[in-house]
Amino acid sequence: MNRHSRYLFSFVKTSKSVIRTSHFTYYPDPPTPAQNKQKMNMFQAINNAMDIALGEDATALLFGEDVGFGGVFRCSINLRDKYGKDRVFNTPLCEQGIAGFAIGVANAGATAIAEIQFADYIFPAFDQIINEAAKFRYRSGGIFDCGSLTIRAPCGAVGHGALYHSQSPEAYFAHTPGLKVVVPRGPIKAKGLLLACVRDPNPCLVFEPKVLYRAAVEEVPADAYVSEIGKADVLRKGKDITLIGWGTQVHVLLEVAELAKKDLKVDCEVIDLVSILPWDKDAICKSVKKTGRVIVSHEAPLTQGFGSEISASIQEHCFLYLEAPVKRVTGWDTPFPHVFEPFYLPNKYRCLSAIKEVINY
Amino acid sequence: MLSISRSAKSIQNVLERFKIKLNLVRNCRMVAFAGHTSVFPGAKAAFVSQPVFVLPKDIESIPIYRVLDRDGKIQDLTQDPNLSKETVQKMFRDMILLNTMDKILYESQRQGRISFYMTNFGEEASHIGSAAALEIRDVIYGQYREAGVLVWRGFTIEQFIDQCYGNEADVGKGKQMPVHYGSKDLNFVTISSPLATQMPQAVGAAYAMKRRKNNDACVVCYFGEGAASEGDAHAAFNFAATLDCPVILFCRNNGFAISTPAHEQYKGDGIAGRGPGYGIATIRVDGTDVFAVYNAMKLCREYVMKESKPAVLEAMAYRVGHHSTSDDSTAYRSSAEIEVWNSVEHPISKLKNYMVKRDWFNEAEENDFVKDIRKKVLKQISISEKKLKPNWKELFTDVYNDVPLHLQEQMNELKQNIEENKSYYPVKNFKA
Repeated sequence: MNRHSRYLFSFVKTSKSVIRTSHFTYYPDPPTPAQNKQKMNMFQAINNAMDIALGEDATALLFGEDVGFGGVFRCSINLRDKYGKDRVFNTPLCEQGIAGFAIGVANAGATAIAEIQFADYIFPAFDQIINEAAKFRYRSGGIFDCGSLTIRAPCGAVGHGALYHSQSPEAYFAHTPGLKVVVPRGPIKAKGLLLACVRDPNPCLVFEPKVLYRAAVEEVPADAYVSEIGKADVLRKGKDITLIGWGTQVHVLLEVAELAKKDLKVDCEVIDLVSILPWDKDAICKSVKKTGRVIVSHEAPLTQGFGSEISASIQEHCFLYLEAPVKRVTGWDTPFPHVFEPFYLPNKYRCLSAIKEVINY
Repeated sequence: MLSISRSAKSIQNVLERFKIKLNLVRNCRMVAFAGHTSVFPGAKAAFVSQPVFVLPKDIESIPIYRVLDRDGKIQDLTQDPNLSKETVQKMFRDMILLNTMDKILYESQRQGRISFYMTNFGEEASHIGSAAALEIRDVIYGQYREAGVLVWRGFTIEQFIDQCYGNEADVGKGKQMPVHYGSKDLNFVTISSPLATQMPQAVGAAYAMKRRKNNDACVVCYFGEGAASEGDAHAAFNFAATLDCPVILFCRNNGFAISTPAHEQYKGDGIAGRGPGYGIATIRVDGTDVFAVYNAMKLCREYVMKESKPAVLEAMAYRVGHHSTSDDSTAYRSSAEIEVWNSVEHPISKLKNYMVKRDWFNEAEENDFVKDIRKKVLKQISISEKKLKPNWKELFTDVYNDVPLHLQEQMNELKQNIEENKSYYPVKNFKA
């Protein structure tokens, strides 16, 4: 190091080290009545679900980019050793190939669990998923299908993922008849949903909020179980306003509900939609008819986000019950930014302001 | 099987003669690097002391394997597949059937009786020759111009025409455009319009099938040279090679993708030229020669089943007909050019010449056969036309394995609207 660079580095040393703070506080699911439970974070719960899926179905295959050594998020760790490299394997780096290959595997009657490394990189496979997987059964009059196909992809904000490691693309897929799309909020849900998707006779997409892989820890039932696709969960009962979200955003809303109770004396009902397609309209409408007020919140951009579909349906089915317009608190209509992430996310402060606005309407 | 191993050997001889290898050292004075061998993980290769710039012309074109000449004569008698008279006659008649059905259905589209059609003119030998070399249990993934494979496997005139009309007898329930055939019984996966999407799917199916106990079937994926430009083709070639999938990637290189000639589609040595680049065994054949296609396909099938690896087969042909009924191909190519391929270089005429030489061809019998097929096709058109379309509710079925709540609601909404506006919906044409 010469004198000049030492001089430059002296400035660097004086700057404060950056402490990354999460934009949410994790709210674990209430304990399940299961006897046999194990403490797991979300990647471990997903690993456990795939272990069960591979164990109970000899045709089941698990593949994608870097899946063999355990996956870049550790979801498939140890599975290649346990089930062999003809069942748990790396593919070439090509998302359209992964999706197409998976459709063929499923089409031949075997079970395919395909991983797309980040949901941001699912778009090269868009054609295979939208034009092929979703329409296989329909276009053949039911003589062929690829129902034993499940695609998993890490999604959502992670603090520093910027444009291509942060996206929440669920709305693109929600517009496609023939698919099922789910987003878990934590380990218990992730295991149940993944097993449900693997067993479901339709092609399913599981978007896993990657920020929860390690952050979320719960007592997960050790045995196999399924969480119903198409069913929303009411996580907190309330009478004044309904807050709807999914994935990480559910935890933001749970915290917001507590703040609203404490600061505003507003009693929030919090619903995790869980399943984007098909979605639980009945559960949502039942809640909105009770509270008369509603906020839908998601990380994805506002325009044509899935919040639009929910809002329009609420307007159509709950018109006479609404005391205020349906409010959407979402990501902005911009690409997902790097350094501006704290300003981009629909955080608790924006949600709380929205509650004030809707309550005071 | 004797004939097959003979043909395999002879193909090897041909390859030997053409010496398909890089003439890398042609003009390079090189010094060997003693004591140092390359250990790069990305490629196994020797070091050289001069810059080696590989030009496309340094790589010789992959030759076109041919058995019959245009007069129907077998050039190299070791290549005669020695098929029985019955088999050759079935080949010939299946080609004639396909050709005759194509002519009539093409006309019926011109008359507005069906909405769309695509003929198979000039490519009959690729379909029949390849299909004949396969077992019915082998699974087919096609593009859309492979109806001959279905003919060979026993798809009936009635099934073809019912699909084109989308009537209640169509197994596809009238959901897709004409010529998007499929048959579970015949192991022919339903066609879809997006090009090349079937390619990585075929590879995945082959992977799943090779894991079955005592698997005795392979997968064949047909695609045109235009589709081979899609990203999915690249994915399929690469996945098939790296994952050791018993799949035959069968390219129908007919010189055109709608109006785009092959020389605007690629600059390399066709599609076959890509096979070795992916590490795949490759062969190129005369697609107007039913025996060459048959022999090459047998060779491919033996190879993929024995080695559990993929093979690429490129069948050279010419798309004699228009791309589809929505296309007039004289807008981009001359009638004179088409005529050559419609006469002397036509697959049906070549096989006919062969049969004449063997004294297996009876003009009167064949004329009666054509007449009979014409009659059957025309009769079937009038029958299929009168059949009702499926119940309109089928619009909502098979989206999922069951009809979910939101689709039931939409179905009920339509039901109510139909009841209120009965005269505006063509309900009488649809099954109640």
